[in-house]
Amino acid sequence: MPELDPTPGQTIGPFFAYALPYDRDYELVRPTTTGAVRLHGTVYDGAGSPVPDALLEIRQADGAGAVPTVEGSIRRDGTAFTGWGRCQTDSAGRYSFTTIAPGGDSAPFVAVVVFARGLLHRLFTRAYLPEASASSSPFLASLEPRIRERLIAVRDDDGGLLFDIHLQGELETPFLTFPGEA
Amino acid sequence: MSTSPASPANAPASQRTISAEIEQLRAAWTDGDAQPLIDYPPYRSSVLRHPTKALHPADPEGAELVAPVFGHSDVDPLEADLTIQDRGEPIGERMLVTGRVLDGEGRPVRHQLVEIWQANAAGRYVHQRDQHHAPLDPHFTGTGRCLTDADGVYRFVTIKPGPYPWRNHHNAWRPAHIHFSLFGTDFTQRLITQMYFPGDPLFDLDPIYQSITDPAARDRLLATYDHDLSEHEWQLGYRWDIVLTGGHSTPMEHPEEHDA
Repeated sequence: MPELDPTPGQTIGPFFAYALPYDRDYELVRPTTTGAVRLHGTVYDGAGSPVPDALLEIRQADGAGAVPTVEGSIRRDGTAFTGWGRCQTDSAGRYSFTTIAPGGDSAPFVAVVVFARGLLHRLFTRAYLPEASASSSPFLASLEPRIRERLIAVRDDDGGLLFDIHLQGELETPFLTFPGEA
Repeated sequence: MSTSPASPANAPASQRTISAEIEQLRAAWTDGDAQPLIDYPPYRSSVLRHPTKALHPADPEGAELVAPVFGHSDVDPLEADLTIQDRGEPIGERMLVTGRVLDGEGRPVRHQLVEIWQANAAGRYVHQRDQHHAPLDPHFTGTGRCLTDADGVYRFVTIKPGPYPWRNHHNAWRPAHIHFSLFGTDFTQRLITQMYFPGDPLFDLDPIYQSITDPAARDRLLATYDHDLSEHEWQLGYRWDIVLTGGHSTPMEHPEEHDA
């Protein structure tokens, strides 16, 4: 089998904000949808300062655990659940998606990819639902408890899912690498 | 100019300082770093924005195995021509940029979204944070989208972007480039990168480009001028293929890929 050398990544840079974001990119479902939940948080740098020029994307299963393969993420019609969204951080480093909790048998999670000015290559992580535990996922079981807990979203007072991202530092988010990545 | 070694600690570094740092990291290069070093101090903004702990190996699961799907309801074919987004024509060298999006085994990534953004011919972005004293072009926004075809081919008509100054250090200039945003068949193949033009004199000076310490990997970000893509009295043609990593799909799982 031919193995081609991969194209390297580069930083998203400072000027993506007029190109990649679009209307309702962060709204996987309408806020009025039954079961709608906010997945939100703040992106921090290694000094604990918010990162106002990051871009996050999420990919997830629907409430029944099926991963949608329907188009319509860019021009959302308000009904199709595409299981993908994009959100740039605001001037305080905050992001917020409106979505539904992913379903599934074991430990459902929302896959997250992070881009930012100053970040030379994208980073992957996972936001597990608050119910996740070591016993529900072999991957979570493989992690030290203090690492594992940083991959699990926290239920906030109004029912939202809080998932902060620390690019560096004491609270650094565990980022993932997958087989076959160069 | 600013070559004084006694400059205060918070003053912007000189190009000489940055180039020396680049040279030091280049000398430390060992085979196998095909991606940029995320810890790359010559790019000053990277210092606090990269993880210092090792990435955690994970087997992709669930949603990670399936890229989002985009279609004709998402992307208008006219979005692939950045020279017709206004009533007038933008200033600059009109050019075609085309190539294929492939996975690591050479299979085309079909019917998938490609997004680009770039400066105008004068090196100015349509972004409020761009303070470069170069003219905006009223007929050029510098953003485009398209879907790859059944062979994984993308195709944009645009104008050649100019190099532009930035504030990483004193007298810092980025080589001309186009930002590319790419999806594969798996979510784990997600990639954002930059395409450059052959022979740019700024390559050696640029910490973002040089953060890829493998020279062969750096070369993979260069488009190739292709005269067969140029059109008589109309436009120049550049070709650039993109190879994504991390796909899990095997031919057995996607028998239709043997059709072509």
